[in-house]
Amino acid sequence: MNMETERKEAGSVTGIYQELEHWNVNTGDKTIHAKRMPGFFRTIKNYTQALYLLFFLVPYLRWNGKQAILFDITHNQFHFFNLTVLPQDIWMLSLLLLLLAMVLFAVTSVASRVWCGYFCFQTAWTDWFTWIEDKIEGNPQARRKLDAAPWSAGKIWKKSLKHFIWMSISLLTGISFSIWFVDAYDYWNKLVHFQLPLVGWVTLATIFFGTYILAALLREQVCMWMCPYARIQGVMTDSQTILPVYDFRRGEPRGKLHRKAGEGGGAVQGDCIDCFQCVQVCPTGVDIRDGQQLGCITCGLCLDACDSIMDKVGKPRGLIRYASLNELEGKPARKMYQHPRTLVYIGIILIAFGGIVYGLTHLGSVVLKVIPERQPLYVYLSDGSIQNKYELKVLNKTDSDLRIGVTAEGGVRDQVIIGAEKPLLARHGRSTSFTLFVRAPGQNIKMEVTPIEFRIQSIDDPLIGAEYKTKFNGPAVDLGRRIISGMGNAK
Amino acid sequence: MSEKHEASGVSTTGHVWDDDLADLTNEPPKWWMLGLTASALFVVVYWLYYPSIPFATTNGFFKGIGGWTAIKEMEADVGEVEAVRGKFEARLKGMTPAAILADSELTEYVTRSGKVLFGDNCAACHGQNGIGTHDKEGLFAPILNDDDWLYGGKIEDIHASIEGGRQGMMMAHKDMLSAAEIDALANAVAKGQPTSTPLFAAKGCTACHGEDGKGNQAMGSANLVDKIWRFEVRNDKLNDAENMKRLVEGSKRTITYGVNSGDPQGRAAVMPSFKEAGKLSDTEIKKLAVYVYKFGGGQSDAPAAAAAPAAGAAK
Repeated sequence: MNMETERKEAGSVTGIYQELEHWNVNTGDKTIHAKRMPGFFRTIKNYTQALYLLFFLVPYLRWNGKQAILFDITHNQFHFFNLTVLPQDIWMLSLLLLLLAMVLFAVTSVASRVWCGYFCFQTAWTDWFTWIEDKIEGNPQARRKLDAAPWSAGKIWKKSLKHFIWMSISLLTGISFSIWFVDAYDYWNKLVHFQLPLVGWVTLATIFFGTYILAALLREQVCMWMCPYARIQGVMTDSQTILPVYDFRRGEPRGKLHRKAGEGGGAVQGDCIDCFQCVQVCPTGVDIRDGQQLGCITCGLCLDACDSIMDKVGKPRGLIRYASLNELEGKPARKMYQHPRTLVYIGIILIAFGGIVYGLTHLGSVVLKVIPERQPLYVYLSDGSIQNKYELKVLNKTDSDLRIGVTAEGGVRDQVIIGAEKPLLARHGRSTSFTLFVRAPGQNIKMEVTPIEFRIQSIDDPLIGAEYKTKFNGPAVDLGRRIISGMGNAK
Repeated sequence: MSEKHEASGVSTTGHVWDDDLADLTNEPPKWWMLGLTASALFVVVYWLYYPSIPFATTNGFFKGIGGWTAIKEMEADVGEVEAVRGKFEARLKGMTPAAILADSELTEYVTRSGKVLFGDNCAACHGQNGIGTHDKEGLFAPILNDDDWLYGGKIEDIHASIEGGRQGMMMAHKDMLSAAEIDALANAVAKGQPTSTPLFAAKGCTACHGEDGKGNQAMGSANLVDKIWRFEVRNDKLNDAENMKRLVEGSKRTITYGVNSGDPQGRAAVMPSFKEAGKLSDTEIKKLAVYVYKFGGGQSDAPAAAAAPAAGAAK
């Protein structure tokens, strides 16, 4: 190894250390105090985040005297207005999750991290919390000053008020989360009387501390270092995806705005006046001019800030704007349908949606399962007939008890069903089981296993019914049958 | 130690290699130290709360300040189950078996919870789910899920059988009948047509089995005209003739040596009294009666309910 290579290798190691000094990694050592500015994207963000009012309010909605939307975990039921979904139909939930994931992917591939910037609860709660901070402690400069100031009565008052309101919102968040799973009014009643079950307290405490720690204390650190979706979505964008970008061709070289022409020494200057407004408004402390980066949640607040400055200095808006990297680099923009990845996502979305629609329209009111007795498979009776025992499980998804009749299709000639002479009562909202016997003359049994299909039908509403295919077991064909007939007829 | 690293400005351990690689003496992050401390505290609390080290104390060993033991936890769990069963059990106590049977909820409870009781006390002879057990001489204990009953299939009869036990009896006929006569009778019984031979009436079989051969449940004599035999069961793996042979041989044996006749080769057919044995409580006997009744062979007091013909059955 000659001296030159050695020096080169040593240099590359030193280079890492030097690079380290330029790395701007947000490790949360400094609180980010972002400036709040009005603007187009700010307004959109306010509206999208307001959707979370539904999270707080919907559980109080009543429908037919019951909570309209209730994920009733204690009773294993999901109520959605008139619809009741039992655990048996929960496969639709996996399709729903697939659908949501694909919507996230598709939107991200088209318009980058829209979820992060406008819809994510972490973004929303943090935004509200910092708004409260802004109202109590003042603008970012005032906040930094207050943070640095020694403790005084005024500071203690402001800080405690802020934390009190944050905690109140966190508590309300915990309560609102809980009442999606239990009756809202009943929950409040138990809560104010301190009679919640242990699991209720644990849930409340988890969401309370979760909200307070994540939204009030950790804030953008969650997006940077905890959230997997930030990273997953980060790799879903490509050169066709539109995202908030700084038009470096137009902006560079950046520099302070000069009042008089020529004052800048005659050098060609870009549109960026290096005012740092885009950095100051950023809730995650990113400098968008460094290019796309992990910390950017694509909330568009820097677009608002930059546009307002461009207006002031009399230059066209859009120095920072939603654009694809292709567009930015002057490459021809491709059409949406030329983006196969998005089309694949949309395809999966349609399949999942189709599955859910099929599931919801084919829920059925009752489900029948029949379990034939295995020990013994069949019983010889005194008159030479063969009896099979079945357990019928009738899942009644309607909200009233049903009287049902049982018939059988197929099976053995002259068979009789014993145990369903009177209508059976299938309780609502759960599975009721009944034991039935099917008795068939031995000489009529032609096969060791005869297919039989049980059918149930509501006595009161013939439209409600279900069927189940199962088997009637008998002795082996050529042996058993002859034995029974050969034993003679007792008269 | 005091050396500062030039790029980061942090102290190093003093060890430098490859020109400029060094170990920085950064402190672990605060959250990590907090986690470590909290884990250590947790260990101490856990160690004190649960039984950890068997220090001898005045009453046994130190069980931790929480007083937790596996037995207590198990008892609490059992208590939970008992609480659920308790309300059913309390109702069962004052009811007759027939009344239990009339209550669909209690019947459901009994059929679900009776499995263990049956498995512990009955299945040894009658088989799991009452399918009967066999020894080399044939069927050892009767099948309970068919509709043929030696002592009656009404709920009261079944209850009486379990409570008081049963003892079959049939004298040995080896000294009274010739081999040919026994052979003729056995063949008739195996065919299910005992009255087809005049010997049946002539040799006094009718005294116990009735003139029509249908037996007498009051004394537990078997019905000889149906297709169920007490000491033999059809083997579906054998063919017609082989089965018939087994039935004939079995019947011969029963007629020759009797049942509980004192003859060493006689059939044994004894069911103990579960009340006398003191092993089962009254409620448990009632539960078992209902459980057995629900195997499928139980007979109601009322004339057999008209069975609904299966609609659409192949004609």
